[in-house]
Amino acid sequence: MLHIANLYASVAGRTILNGLDLDVPTGEVHAIMGPNGSGKTTLSNVLSGRDGYDVSGTVTFDGVDLVPLAPEARAAAGVFVAFQHPVEIPGVGNMYFLRTAVNSIRSHRGLPELAAVEFLGLAKEHMARLAMDPAFLSRSVNAGFSGGEKKRNEILQMSMLEPRLAILDETDSGLDIDALRIVAQGIERLRSPHRSMLIITHHTPLLDDVQPDRVHVLHGGRIVRSGGPELAHELEADGYGTLPIGVSG
Amino acid sequence: MTSNMVEDLVEREYAFGFHSDVDTELAPKGLSEDVVRLISAKKDEPDWLLEWRLGALRHFLTLVEPKWPNLQYPPIDYQDMHYWAAPKPKPQLASLDEVDPEIRATFDKLGISLDEQKRLSGVAVDAILDSVSVATTFKKTLAEAGVIFCSFSDAVREHPDLVRKYLGSVVGYRDNFFAALNSAVFSDGSFCFIPAGVRCPMELSTYFRINAAQTGQFERTLIIAEEGASVSYLEGCTAPMRDENQLHAAVVELIALDDASIKYSTVQNWYPGDADGKGGIYNFVTKRGRCAGARSKISWTQVETGSAITWKYPSVILQGDDSVGEFYSVAVTTNYQQADTGTKMIHIGRNTRSTILSKGISAGHAQNTYRGLVKILRSATGARNHTRCDSLLIGADCGAHTFPYVEVKNDTAQVEHEASTSKISEDQLFYCRQRGLTEEDASTMIVNGFCREVFDELPMEYAVEAQALMRVSLEGAVG
Repeated sequence: MLHIANLYASVAGRTILNGLDLDVPTGEVHAIMGPNGSGKTTLSNVLSGRDGYDVSGTVTFDGVDLVPLAPEARAAAGVFVAFQHPVEIPGVGNMYFLRTAVNSIRSHRGLPELAAVEFLGLAKEHMARLAMDPAFLSRSVNAGFSGGEKKRNEILQMSMLEPRLAILDETDSGLDIDALRIVAQGIERLRSPHRSMLIITHHTPLLDDVQPDRVHVLHGGRIVRSGGPELAHELEADGYGTLPIGVSG
Repeated sequence: MTSNMVEDLVEREYAFGFHSDVDTELAPKGLSEDVVRLISAKKDEPDWLLEWRLGALRHFLTLVEPKWPNLQYPPIDYQDMHYWAAPKPKPQLASLDEVDPEIRATFDKLGISLDEQKRLSGVAVDAILDSVSVATTFKKTLAEAGVIFCSFSDAVREHPDLVRKYLGSVVGYRDNFFAALNSAVFSDGSFCFIPAGVRCPMELSTYFRINAAQTGQFERTLIIAEEGASVSYLEGCTAPMRDENQLHAAVVELIALDDASIKYSTVQNWYPGDADGKGGIYNFVTKRGRCAGARSKISWTQVETGSAITWKYPSVILQGDDSVGEFYSVAVTTNYQQADTGTKMIHIGRNTRSTILSKGISAGHAQNTYRGLVKILRSATGARNHTRCDSLLIGADCGAHTFPYVEVKNDTAQVEHEASTSKISEDQLFYCRQRGLTEEDASTMIVNGFCREVFDELPMEYAVEAQALMRVSLEGAVG
């Protein structure tokens, strides 16, 4: 399980995460909701080990202390982030990228590398479920992809990499209704007793299709409320305006 | 070189003059008519070639070294080097176990096969000689197709009329300082002739070597594709060429007649000097092709990762109507390497087209300069050029520079220029690392992506090697 206690993170002296506590047991899907500027993306960055933050507090995953680990070591430990804005890498083929990623994660797990043919078969299977054209594989990573294509590509990577902790950072933003459903189904398929998922969002529609076990409200850099799935709908009705005034930031 | 210096040289020649001794193993240091006569005599050359060399020497002595390149290096004393060394076989090794483990490790990283490693290291296969002709494999198949592919010296002996007709027809000895030097003292090189209507049945590849210390290396390459002929020619290899500071001034001339096409690919990985910038090869090369015939095509693709100094502008003279010139380049500089490289596209014929795609990568304290000229003459109605120069910087202490020159004398011409400078972005690195790649793997992948369009122009097996080469070249440059 993911265990976060008393987590602080600041950038250039500005505190963004302010004593955050959160536990996500194995097999559960939790949603983190919160207004803009509440620290949602910072949480995702800090969990995945992005440079540039002063971090203190505890973050363990299955007992392993994540804080000192490099991003690739966290990925090897099973942490995956579906990014809000997946970056473009011109000239690097999507298939080559995906296969390199899959094989580097596999080698960390002591599994043999997937041969090209095997990999291709698996990738096509996953892509069909996400209604992705196989031509995606021959394009450069995210280069010239539409918003929806990029998000689907993230879900494809997530499916192929089989993470043990999946963090979805605003994966639903900018998606039309059809793309949202496909992405939601992709997430739902990955729900597993062996996997924890953290869905970061400030909208509720995704949570209609992906039923979270718990919903947390992030505000001022800490969790100010937690509840069952009904909390999402409550927030939808009342907005974040009724939240207690937390620490600014 | 001032005129006083020239006089000094002349004085010195008399003071230290010597007679050609055909048995000598090493010419005395310095450049003189005697040395040129010695080289020519060693090679048993016809008089016309000796006269041509002497003409080049006399012209060279009137020139001063160009100072316009964006390069810094200590003065070269052209009188303090040997211009002829007898070919010496590399020391023969019994097995690869005798090869320097560091070099072997690099071979492995580059994915060079064991057989090739043996060949490169001089293990019990045909020795590769210094300054002498390269292996001429598959000679028989080529002969059946009517293709001539041999050392330059052999060509002078066996095909003197062809050599005489085309030598200096694209790069005359008056062209520039280094071309004049090469023309006077060139040691050997390659000659390739594809007769009319013949598609060369295989890719022609040659490996150049520089071995004997203190011997300037002066290669001469001449490739002729007659009407409707085509050839793909590969020069160099990805394996590292180690050596002390050494001058290299090659000349390559390509001639394409009507409907002919020549594709010339180079992978150059000579010793770039150590991490402090000491040592390394100085590479001053003149490469030019003439699209002499209508609808002819000449395409240069280069991957330059080695040398301390690179001065090189593979160019195309687009003389025939509807002829096509292309230049695809990746130039990598790290540590204290300097590269001033680019191309010239000279449009003379009607509806001539040229494409320039240059990718410069700079890391460490290196300086990387693109210098290009697109010249559209009055006669070149309907000419078109597209140029793109992309620079990638790794770290804060390196530099990228772009000097595009454009001269258009015909109103109907279309000339486009695009340029970009970028850094490997934190976002890209983080994205890759989040997917499990190490920082080094991630940066290699991003750099290879940046070079992709150029690598796509390389023959397949070269493209694979070139990608491995990027990794080795940039090892330790990121992070």
